[in-house]
Amino acid sequence: MSEPGALILIVEDEPSVRRSLRTILLDCGFRVVEAETAAEAVLRAREHNPDLVLLDLGLPDRDGLTVVTAMRAWSLAPVIVLSARGQEDDKVTALDSGADDYLMKPFSANELLARIRVALRHVAQRTPLRDPVVELGDVRVDLGRRVVTRSGQEIHLTPHEYKLLEVLLRHADRVVTHRQLLNEVWGPGHSTETRYLRVYMVALRQKLEPVPGRPRWIITEPGVGYRLRLDRELASS
Amino acid sequence: MNRTELDGDRPDPEALLEVARAEEARAKRGELKIFFGAAPGVGKTYAMLEAARRARAEKIDVVVGVVETHGRSETAALLEGLERLAPRTIEYRGKPLQEFDLEAALARRPGLLLVDELAHTNVPGSQHRKRWQDVDLLLSSGIDIYTTLNVQHLESLNDVVAQITWVRVRETVPDAVFDRADDVELCDLPADELLERLQEGKVYLPEQARHATEAFFRKGNLLALRELALRRMAQRVDSDVHAYRRAHGISTTWAMSERILVCIGPSQNGPRLVRAAARMAAGLRAEWIALHVETPRLALVRVTGRGTLAETIRLAESLGAEVVNIGGESIGERILEYARARNVTRLVVGKPSQPRWRELLGGSVLDTLVRGSGAIDVHVISGDEGPLARRPTLQPATPSGASPIPYAWAVAGVVGVTGVCTLLYSYIDLSDIIMLYLLVIMVTAARFGRGPSILAAVVSVAAFNFCFVPPFYTFAVADARYMLTFGVMLLVGIVISGLTERVRMQAEAARGREQRTAILYSLSRELAQLRHKQSIGTSAARHVAELAGGRVVVLVAGADDSLTPLQGTDVELVADPLEQAAARQALERGPAGAGTDTLSSAKALYVPLQAVGRTIGVLGVTTGDPVRLRHLAEQELLAAMSGQVALALHRVLLAQEAQQAELRARTEELRGALLSSVSHDLRTPLTAISTAASVLGQAGPMADEKRREFASSIYEEALGLGRLVTNLLHMTRLETPGVALRREWTPLEDPIGAALTRLERALGRHMVNVSLAPDLPPVLLDEVLFEHLMLNLLENAAKYTPPGSAIDVSARVEGASVVVEVADRGGGIPAGQEDRIFEKYFRVGGPAQGGFGLGLAICRAIAVAHGGTITAANRPQGGALFCVTMPIGEETQTALPSAQEATA
Repeated sequence: MSEPGALILIVEDEPSVRRSLRTILLDCGFRVVEAETAAEAVLRAREHNPDLVLLDLGLPDRDGLTVVTAMRAWSLAPVIVLSARGQEDDKVTALDSGADDYLMKPFSANELLARIRVALRHVAQRTPLRDPVVELGDVRVDLGRRVVTRSGQEIHLTPHEYKLLEVLLRHADRVVTHRQLLNEVWGPGHSTETRYLRVYMVALRQKLEPVPGRPRWIITEPGVGYRLRLDRELASS
Repeated sequence: MNRTELDGDRPDPEALLEVARAEEARAKRGELKIFFGAAPGVGKTYAMLEAARRARAEKIDVVVGVVETHGRSETAALLEGLERLAPRTIEYRGKPLQEFDLEAALARRPGLLLVDELAHTNVPGSQHRKRWQDVDLLLSSGIDIYTTLNVQHLESLNDVVAQITWVRVRETVPDAVFDRADDVELCDLPADELLERLQEGKVYLPEQARHATEAFFRKGNLLALRELALRRMAQRVDSDVHAYRRAHGISTTWAMSERILVCIGPSQNGPRLVRAAARMAAGLRAEWIALHVETPRLALVRVTGRGTLAETIRLAESLGAEVVNIGGESIGERILEYARARNVTRLVVGKPSQPRWRELLGGSVLDTLVRGSGAIDVHVISGDEGPLARRPTLQPATPSGASPIPYAWAVAGVVGVTGVCTLLYSYIDLSDIIMLYLLVIMVTAARFGRGPSILAAVVSVAAFNFCFVPPFYTFAVADARYMLTFGVMLLVGIVISGLTERVRMQAEAARGREQRTAILYSLSRELAQLRHKQSIGTSAARHVAELAGGRVVVLVAGADDSLTPLQGTDVELVADPLEQAAARQALERGPAGAGTDTLSSAKALYVPLQAVGRTIGVLGVTTGDPVRLRHLAEQELLAAMSGQVALALHRVLLAQEAQQAELRARTEELRGALLSSVSHDLRTPLTAISTAASVLGQAGPMADEKRREFASSIYEEALGLGRLVTNLLHMTRLETPGVALRREWTPLEDPIGAALTRLERALGRHMVNVSLAPDLPPVLLDEVLFEHLMLNLLENAAKYTPPGSAIDVSARVEGASVVVEVADRGGGIPAGQEDRIFEKYFRVGGPAQGGFGLGLAICRAIAVAHGGTITAANRPQGGALFCVTMPIGEETQTALPSAQEATA
């Protein structure tokens, strides 16, 4: 459940959007701080040390990205980027430079709250997935024993496939960019070879998904990366 | 020739129009004021500087471009406090020379610029050959100019001055420049005072020219020059008065009544003739024509003679003549024909320079003219060429020239015939022998021209005498009657050689003409078939190179004033900035580069390509030989060829413009459709949103369910608006020229899966069956765009089919493509509209139906951008079937090393 009392910094220059966000968040028991510009955002963040930041990328003074970079120098608080469609590059850059997730405008209150919940949960857990066993429908992933089974039958995964699954699970419900996946599974130096990644993802889906053509667990975020979706509230954006 | 005279109170409208036009041109041009004097030292520069100081006092931005003080302190004092442009230093033959900096002046753009000595010749390597050309350019860019000029530098007075002073002035200014000046101020000084100043050392004389110049400053000379200057000034004032009267309707009786025709040829006194005609025309205020009749013989006159002709023609043009070139055999008759056709009133010809006996033999042009002139006055200008002229050198160009070989052949021919005749002497008659000799003379004339054939005639007579006339083998003649035989034989030989030579020349001239016509014909025929700028350029370059035997480049002017060389022509030729400058000059101001007066240090000659009153490009041609280029510049053939090329290019450009206009019209139409579509599509959801929101905002209790319904309606409509905006954005991006797709090797599972996930809610009430073939290879595509395509197709299917019906998504490989199908079981597509539904803003059933009219158009745009296709059809069992075919892209199989590892 959401953690009442968590302090959320809203960085958004549009007053109407800011107002809706404030209303939604206050209704749900969060505390809210607001900033209109990138400079103000950095200032407020230092002042209040928020638990989470909602960041609009198109700010009047500077690129929202600079806020992410500045924050990451001293804070681990999750940053959720709010962006319009068609700005895939900006999203990827923001994620790669330390943002935790993104939400595409226009979004619904439910989606927003779901993302905030996921982000806060990841912070609270620190070591995510305390429970080493995760169930994806009839597929059971035992991270402790490194075994994957479907209805008791073991599914054979190659080492890379298993590692991919593990990374996705570690970031469950959050988007993971192509670059992050490549870095974590193949190591730095392979971060541009998305083609391998995509082929592995097809193979992984074929082994795990009931209908690989219409994935239920491993969701593609076009132009950005993948998301392993455990929380059904999380509609794809 | 009198024009219809108008009512005395009203000015001639045409003349008024002319005045208005001239005034308009002047409004844009800067004003030129000339300080005019009879000789150096009368104080022109001084007067100019004084005027400049007055102008500065009136707050005019005065800059000194170039002023020679010649070390005189009075003049230098006047210069003080005036802004001066630094001179440009040009390296010429190893010596640094200072020159007026035209570019700096253009960049500085003062209100008034002082440029001393209008007649100055620029250092080679400058943009223009003469300073007055610099001044012309400055004027046309709107800068006012003060300048100085001496009377002896006026082109039309050049000979007169030379006759008076015996000093030929090489630096001249066309009279047109003087006449066009807005203001001329005469700086006058009596001869005695000038001489006094000279003695006091107040007149600058260059050291090396002191001697010659002193001869110039004799009192008689100075008096004559002063008279000339005053007269020229009076003439100018007179024409000013005329202009004034015309503008104010004071005189309407003035009309052009005289037309002068001057006949020019490749003779050294051509320029003199032209100047005389120019003076006469100016005095009579008549228009004048310079006519050159090209006879077969003249067509072959050597290039040296041609050079003189070219200079004469150029001079005539610069003095304001209309230059006409006609062809014909008889010069006199052609001149008369032309003169009558043009209603010429006065004919100006030179005194004949050929000896009298030739006139008696061949007739003289002058004679023909005088006898046939009728009402036309004939003015014969002195053939006396003045103190400094040279005799004309008019040499026919025999191909073999001065080579001794033809003469050897002539002698050998005669010797051969003599041998044959010696052998056959007992069988043939003496008259046959004479015939054989005449045959040799004729063949020699036909083959080698006049000189060798005359030699053959002489040698024949000698050989005939030596071998066949008793006493044999001596040159003595026993019978005096043979002397007559010899005489007749020699005469016949010479006449035959003359006739044969003439025929040969005519044939050669004809051949030359034919060759030129053939080149022109083949060019025009070829150009007529070409449809691309490139191929026109290549064809033009080939033909011109055939004519000129050098390198050729064709440049096309763009809308932004750029000049782009056409590929396929010699692009490297214009790599040099100097060449580019010359080409630009040609585009803006007519022929330039080698062989012309402008930027003549360029390698190539550039002529503008003009078609239908519009300069669309430049043709550049270079041969190793500048004389040949100069010759080319004069020739009408190059002009004709460039005209053909220009027409062809113009045709192509017109076609392109028509195409663009059509495109624009279509864009306009689409914009209209967009406006109506968007206004409808935006208004509908906006109305729904605002209504629902206002209901929600009303005070008072409301059932929770009702409230939720309104809220959800707002949410759905807002999402719809968001999609509309996304569609518009994608469409714009796809229509931006040169937009790059972000293609990556992508398994179709990714974008199709993403689209299905995103539409989970919208597709919730449909049965979606997905069947992707197991062997689907990754496809080279833009994932985001392809997902959008699938999104639009699926959304369309969801919208137009009843809930609960099935939507089938499938993908398979077909050859080098993948085929993705989305099939539904709705009402299908109205017959005949399968293709139209992909058009922008088209909606099935018209606007009333709702929907965005853009989704399918974007699907098609995305498919096409990937090199694929999209089609729509109705399924036989009912419902619509959309079929997207995408090329897989190259090297699919090779670059998948991971495929093996994936199963390992």
